[in-house]
Amino acid sequence: MNLQTTVSGRVLTAHLTGEIDHASAPRIREKIDDAVTEYAPTVLRLDFRGVSFMDSSGVGLVMGRYRHAKTLGCETQVANASRRYETILKMAGLTKIVRFVRDGNEVKKA
Amino acid sequence: MKKINEFRMTVEAKAVNESFCRAVCAAFAAQADPGVEEIGDIKTAVSEAVTNCIVHAYAEKGGKIYISAALLENGVLRVKVRDRGCGIADVKQAMQPLYTTKGDDRSGLGFSVMETFSDKLTVRSKVGKGTTVVIEKRLGSDGNA
Ligand SMILES: Nc1ncnc2c1ncn2[C@@H]1O[C@H](COP(=O)(O)OP(=O)(O)OP(=O)(O)O)[C@@H](O)[C@H]1O
Ligand SMILES: [Mg+2]
Repeated sequence: MNLQTTVSGRVLTAHLTGEIDHASAPRIREKIDDAVTEYAPTVLRLDFRGVSFMDSSGVGLVMGRYRHAKTLGCETQVANASRRYETILKMAGLTKIVRFVRDGNEVKKA
Repeated sequence: MKKINEFRMTVEAKAVNESFCRAVCAAFAAQADPGVEEIGDIKTAVSEAVTNCIVHAYAEKGGKIYISAALLENGVLRVKVRDRGCGIADVKQAMQPLYTTKGDDRSGLGFSVMETFSDKLTVRSKVGKGTTVVIEKRLGSDGNA
């Protein structure tokens, strides 16, 4: 898992890539939390476009990031999750606390 | 139902083996011409079962995970994931959505995910002896096959 973050205004985007499971989750968690602490964004966007696998460990990851971000007054979004990942994430009722968004297409937003 | 083919393996209960275990099961299933979605379903369900052995059965202290899979004549893949860990006192309760004995990073969705992505899920467990999870999935009915 190679995690890149980009900042645009007060929006911090974490570009998740590769496989999200119990083995990879701790490092992803750490990197995201560090970036959130560093940039103090108002929106944390977890971009799932590059994710090749995710199991229920991803739910714990998103919930934990939501909780951490919330203590800093930051909102969490899940972007570009495939149907499969969305199914899993929504099983936990995440829709109540996290906004699911999708970029228009492959075009990068400024 | 007659078996067309099968494999068995024993693997250490280490997190680093999670991706290996699900990849092996997906590779074995490939001979039945599954669709992309079916392969994803199998990987996800197997990953949940294997992770539970590591996290719960052996509480991250290590042990052995016994995995076997059979391809049946009727096109069903049957994967068994067994551990000799702590076992589950109340299987029905454990299988309830959002039920977890490990707060923080776990959400209690593993069994729900296994149920969602398989056709049949069977869990047998004995406290102090271990747990066996059997995942059954019919292959080749995806449309993308
Ligand atoms: N192999 C096992 N050995 C012992 N206990 C288990 C085993 N598998 C599951 N359990 C028990 O059943 C509970 C529910 O399992 P489930 O996979 O549904 O959720 P979880 O592992 O707690 O969270 P998640 O899978 O969402 O990360 C676990 O919290 C654990 O108490
Ligand atoms: Mg689990």
